[in-house]
Amino acid sequence: MSTALPVPVQVPSERQLARRETLRQLVRSKTFLVGFIVVAFWVFWALVGAALTPRDPLEQAADVLARPSSTYWFGTDSLGLDVFSRVLAGATGMLEIAPLAMLLGVAGGTVIGLVTGYFRGLVDETISRVIDAVLALPVIVIAVTAIVALGPSTMTLIIVIGVVFIPLVTRTVRAAVLAERELDYVQAARLRGERAPYVMFVEMLPNVMGPIVVEATVRLGYAIFAVAGLTFLGFGVQPPAPDWALQVAQNYQLLAGGSYWWTVLFPALAIASLVVAVNLIADGLTQVLDR
Amino acid sequence: MSVQVSETAPALELRNLDVVYRVRGRDRQVLRDVSLTVERGRSYGLVGESGCGKTTAALAIVRYLPRNGRVSSGSILIGARDVVKLNYRELRHLRAEDVGMVYQNPGAALNPGIRVGRQVAEVFVVRGVDRKEAQERALNALRTVQIADPGSVMERYPHQLSGGMQQRVVIAMALAKDPALLILDEPTTGLDATVEAEVLDLIAKLQSEFETAVLFISHNLGVIAKMCERVGVLYAGRLVEEGDAETVLRDPRHPYTVGLIRCIPRGGVRKDHGRLDTIPGFLPNLGEQPPGCIFADRCALSTERCVQEDPPPYQAGGGHTSRCHYHESAHTLPRREAADLDLPVVDRRTEPVVRFDDLGKVFHQRGHSVHALENVSAAIWPGETLGLVGESGSGKTTLARALLGLVAPTAGTVEFEGRPLAGHLSRRTADDVRALQIVFQNPDSALNRRHTVRRILRRALKKLAGITGAPAEKRLLELMQSVRLAERYVSARPAQLSGGLKQRVAVARAFAGEPRLVVCDEPTSALDVSVQAAILNLLVELQAERRVSYLFISHDLGVVRYISDRIAVLYLGRVMELGPAAVVFEGPHHPYTEALLSAVPTVDGGGRERIRLEGEIPSAANPPSGCVFHTRCPRKIGAICEQEEPPLLEVEEAHLMRCHIPIDELRRLQLGEREKAPA
Repeated sequence: MSTALPVPVQVPSERQLARRETLRQLVRSKTFLVGFIVVAFWVFWALVGAALTPRDPLEQAADVLARPSSTYWFGTDSLGLDVFSRVLAGATGMLEIAPLAMLLGVAGGTVIGLVTGYFRGLVDETISRVIDAVLALPVIVIAVTAIVALGPSTMTLIIVIGVVFIPLVTRTVRAAVLAERELDYVQAARLRGERAPYVMFVEMLPNVMGPIVVEATVRLGYAIFAVAGLTFLGFGVQPPAPDWALQVAQNYQLLAGGSYWWTVLFPALAIASLVVAVNLIADGLTQVLDR
Repeated sequence: MSVQVSETAPALELRNLDVVYRVRGRDRQVLRDVSLTVERGRSYGLVGESGCGKTTAALAIVRYLPRNGRVSSGSILIGARDVVKLNYRELRHLRAEDVGMVYQNPGAALNPGIRVGRQVAEVFVVRGVDRKEAQERALNALRTVQIADPGSVMERYPHQLSGGMQQRVVIAMALAKDPALLILDEPTTGLDATVEAEVLDLIAKLQSEFETAVLFISHNLGVIAKMCERVGVLYAGRLVEEGDAETVLRDPRHPYTVGLIRCIPRGGVRKDHGRLDTIPGFLPNLGEQPPGCIFADRCALSTERCVQEDPPPYQAGGGHTSRCHYHESAHTLPRREAADLDLPVVDRRTEPVVRFDDLGKVFHQRGHSVHALENVSAAIWPGETLGLVGESGSGKTTLARALLGLVAPTAGTVEFEGRPLAGHLSRRTADDVRALQIVFQNPDSALNRRHTVRRILRRALKKLAGITGAPAEKRLLELMQSVRLAERYVSARPAQLSGGLKQRVAVARAFAGEPRLVVCDEPTSALDVSVQAAILNLLVELQAERRVSYLFISHDLGVVRYISDRIAVLYLGRVMELGPAAVVFEGPHHPYTEALLSAVPTVDGGGRERIRLEGEIPSAANPPSGCVFHTRCPRKIGAICEQEEPPLLEVEEAHLMRCHIPIDELRRLQLGEREKAPA
């Protein structure tokens, strides 16, 4: 006796439809769209770098500390470097370091989060306490200590920021995994004798990707922040690279009398625009992915 | 200002109501030309399966439709005022004064952060009563819904109350304003049968006291039969049949109603007597509108006329209407006869598949030790189904989990085919793990929503049967065939499947290897009755084919009776009664079993005198002394019940019971009463 009569199923490409629907919702969200456009703008300049800037960002002009004008849109700094060109070219370093640091943090946090959330018990207790201890220390102190010990380099910066992010990502992933492991399909997997890594990475990971993607974008914003902060303190990107934070660091003393504001304002705005834009994307994703 | 309610107008009247939802830029009609009338002080039941538009109707009546929904035509009259035309302020008044609403999940209806007392008082404050008097009235309102010790309940937060208590609070709030109309949307669906019975009694009593008109929405025909004077059957947004509840259920005039009633296992039908009827096919897609009868493609009686011509509501006499061209012959709807099954003959002289021996499980929680299982001994033989019944908190699920190795028992042993099984899954051999499988209650969470049917079943074949590669693809199709799952679903993901199809995938997964025993943990309670019947049939067919044993957990006694060979009744982690299904149901039974049985509302309305169970199941952290059931037992005989725990004794052949009352005495008491009760 059969009850499954041939009744048309809803289109086989349901998954593509769902994906298209998600995309459409994202594009409809102004928050996401604005963030996306700004980030796309900076990614473009990070890719073309100095090749398309009006001037060579490392070429010193005769006009030192020139005001913004039709020749130098954003003025020049104390070395006679064109601020406009340096702001555009400055995206490169930032958009190389921050995403890599974020990836390291998210990858590490995802693995540890899955393990602690899935096993719970002693494993979870131990790792969670270590994480609590790490989180109790100010990030900047850990970072500075590590950089002093390892010596400043792009690689160090990526590793330090990435590692500092691991505990934060772990928490988010662990929370999602704790909810997910209560679902019956996880027990069903255990009841057919699946090993823990399979259950964690093949069964559960795809189902907790939503919160991980959101966390990744949030972390990217913080990574940009951290790179800028450490560079400003002299632990990050080294001169004469046209880095935004470096420009701020080199010129902020000129702000004293209220003059020469352009040397600091434009690179600072660039940092702010990127951080805000990334966070707008994160907000947009949260709205759409968190059902 | 109160919305003026005319004294003569019906409490609620829907006239040709159409409701549409806008989905992906298109209007999809979810209610079509629905007309019904709830007279003042009367109760009206709306039944239908999920997706038929019952809840949409409830929401539309108070204009609570989601943002993409709207009433596209027709009118909703509450006391002669058209709700559709009210402005915002009038609507607020209507909701505050004239209509009370109770939804399925009381936990979500109460604010978790506000004490119960303040929430109930709020209802009065909104109506302009000052805070102090509101508190007073709130206390009275709680008293009205028979909450013992309302003073202390006022001080508690919702999560500190049980589901039944929460629902009482919600009902108290809905009734507080003395509404002219009360809308109840599946108010007892999430509750245990005993609690459900109490809440239903309460609603019936309050309804007659307050003379409130009630719109009662439920998928459960038994509940509707018990609660309502009139009933409307909704199918795919159309009211296909309407009439007096008794007439409609006794003499249904629409094939859909006929099918719905036949799906329910009842009247002592058992698996060896025959298959359950099902309704073939599926609900039409949202907003689909065939030119003819909406039910035509699933109806065995449909003709060319049904496909072409939309049936008007035909009069069948006595206010009974049916939207069927052939309403006079609806009862001739052919049954879907199934081939005779060769059910396994259970031989209890052989080695059982599984034997529990004095099994105990203690959970430690915040300094308390909770005895979830106490001295549970039972056995399941090859090809046999052991039904497990009891209220929530009785230890059914813990027993199943201990058997599967998901929790390790703290006392006693589980034997599998004569060998002791390791307590925890991780210490069992691969073969032992494969031999015991499960079908979960909720098919949504039982399947990985990111994996396709193929992936789910291929993996199960690999792990449970060791089949990979090309042979696996062949086995996969055979497996799908054996659970009657069409081949085209092979690359579908769970979200694309209906509840019944998902449950078939889950059954297929459990049967991918050669399981010796499958735990069925409420496998049909999340499904509609027509789908439930199909899944039960499938389980019985698989049992006939594979000689597998089932441990079948369910709170639905009709279902348990249908599928089980023997039944174990659990209360506070103890087996109270264990015996052949027929004996446990026919009696004499344990007083607890008796109470469970009498709590179930049936479609035919015939029934036993309700045995009331006082209060709720006690906490397993602090079980009562003596017989654990003595605090609620309607047949308690005296001090012995409080002091001495009765042993589980074989009171007659193969029938075990844990009660101080001798079996002959129970027989005399129970059979005597049944004879007295009017037939």
